[in-house]
Amino acid sequence: MDHVSTIEATKAIVTMDVAHTGIIWGWMITLNMWAKSIGTGVILVGAFLLYRHKHEDMPSLRWLMPLISFIALNVFLFFTLIDLHQPFRMIHIFTHPHWTSSITVGAWLASIFLVLVSIMMFTSFFTHFSEFRKNCAVAKAVRSKDGLYEKVFPFTVFLAFPVTMYTAIIMSQSAARELWVPGAELIQMLLAAFMVGSASFILIGGKWAEAVKKDLAMILAISVLFSFIMYMGEYFFSYKAAEVEATLAYIHSGGPYFLDFWTGMLLGYIIPFIIATTMNDNRTMMKFAAVTTFIGLYFAKSTWLEIPQLLPLS
Amino acid sequence: MKLGFLVDLNLCMGCKGCEIACKVENEVPLSSWRLRVKYIDIGSFPDTSRSFTPLRCNHCENAPCERICPVSALHYLDNGIVNIDSERCIGCAGCMMACPYGAIYMDPESNTADKCTYCAHRIEGGLMPSCVVACPTEANIFGDVEDETSQISRYIMEHQGNVQVRKPEKHTNPLHYYVGGGNNTLNPLAHERIEGYGLFNNITTLDHPGNPNRSILDRFLEPIFGHPNDNLDNKSLLDMNSKGDK
Repeated sequence: MDHVSTIEATKAIVTMDVAHTGIIWGWMITLNMWAKSIGTGVILVGAFLLYRHKHEDMPSLRWLMPLISFIALNVFLFFTLIDLHQPFRMIHIFTHPHWTSSITVGAWLASIFLVLVSIMMFTSFFTHFSEFRKNCAVAKAVRSKDGLYEKVFPFTVFLAFPVTMYTAIIMSQSAARELWVPGAELIQMLLAAFMVGSASFILIGGKWAEAVKKDLAMILAISVLFSFIMYMGEYFFSYKAAEVEATLAYIHSGGPYFLDFWTGMLLGYIIPFIIATTMNDNRTMMKFAAVTTFIGLYFAKSTWLEIPQLLPLS
Repeated sequence: MKLGFLVDLNLCMGCKGCEIACKVENEVPLSSWRLRVKYIDIGSFPDTSRSFTPLRCNHCENAPCERICPVSALHYLDNGIVNIDSERCIGCAGCMMACPYGAIYMDPESNTADKCTYCAHRIEGGLMPSCVVACPTEANIFGDVEDETSQISRYIMEHQGNVQVRKPEKHTNPLHYYVGGGNNTLNPLAHERIEGYGLFNNITTLDHPGNPNRSILDRFLEPIFGHPNDNLDNKSLLDMNSKGDK
């Protein structure tokens, strides 16, 4: 028991504590948020592009936008479902909704959003590929409803805002984790959507007009810059509650979260900002920036999600 | 009626009788607890003391777990107890993220969230919670805090100025009080957890919530086909965990 004498007990020491440990919300929830940002981001950025530019400048946008959103939203819902310990009971959210819960409100909004995106995807897909299943009765019926796209689109754009931001309210309702400040998280969620929304179009919009590409570079640069500033503000200047400081100490003190956080900052924010502001006419470099944005955002989200869960609560 | 708990830490001797009684009464699985007694050592040798803090659900009047639960599995009873309906719980773990006291766990057998209910089933039958019955020093005091004549109300009045709740800054309004508590016993950030100096260093906890032997696929197949480990008991679960540790 030699080691006992070496304790400098200037602080109280816990000698027995069997608190429930482990990360409760881990990589599946990170992927959930990451995919949701893509699903809503392409709609938000797409709406901006459709408002600013002619359809001919970005010919594939009309059908690719809902398609990417549809795929991303299904990834988001898939990880939401498999993260539940009782996935079949997901239906309870619809049969026994508890409206004070942002999980409930978010699930309903996301479901409605997915329905609208699905309508847009099917109508635009069958219209764009007019030869595909030309004689199929279902395809014909969907093509005849092409006008729905324009009717549904404004509602979809409107819904994209709360759908992308409601996770911030879930984090705010997680009263045990003070690092997640709702005001900051709401904006971070929105900026994340603009980041990956613009990155998605940079990857697929190779033949789009130069003016569109410039706009995409601008959206990417501004969103990563603002998001980066917010992270840095919280990282360096969080002289707030003891819990927030203790949480940030996990990153400051080095270790895996230090590496993850700065990998995220470098790939998701610093590199895309430099490229989008200085080399935005270089297609290859812009695609590289788009890819690093996707990777960096995952690391940033993952770190920010997990570190508050390392704090002892009792 | 608002049922509340008070623990007089001056009386608690850390025997863990309440912990065991709770485990037995509620069949709480290994690796989980509804009530535990935390040990803290204070001071330098030979000037040392050890304090004991029983920790359980605080049955907050403004419960974050109740607010975040998407399906009302966590709900208030008329007597103020924050109860849980495991048949309705979807296992999203939102309540575990919301509880500032870390009092909720994912039951590895039912795969739903669970916590202390102040032994609601016993109270319904006119009995006291099992931890109250087991306490040899009567450090656990339970009763109606709205009734001025109840023992808990009188105890609170007699110890005015020395009655505390955990994390009052969270505005959860806990119905669980401590007499004789201090920063070290009630504030989780006020003390250190030094690796290697624990009293029982070999205590193992799950590295994730729920059953470590239940895969994601099991979450879907189990309700239909059952789980091959359905017959696990505490001993076999412990054996499997210790094999994993090696």
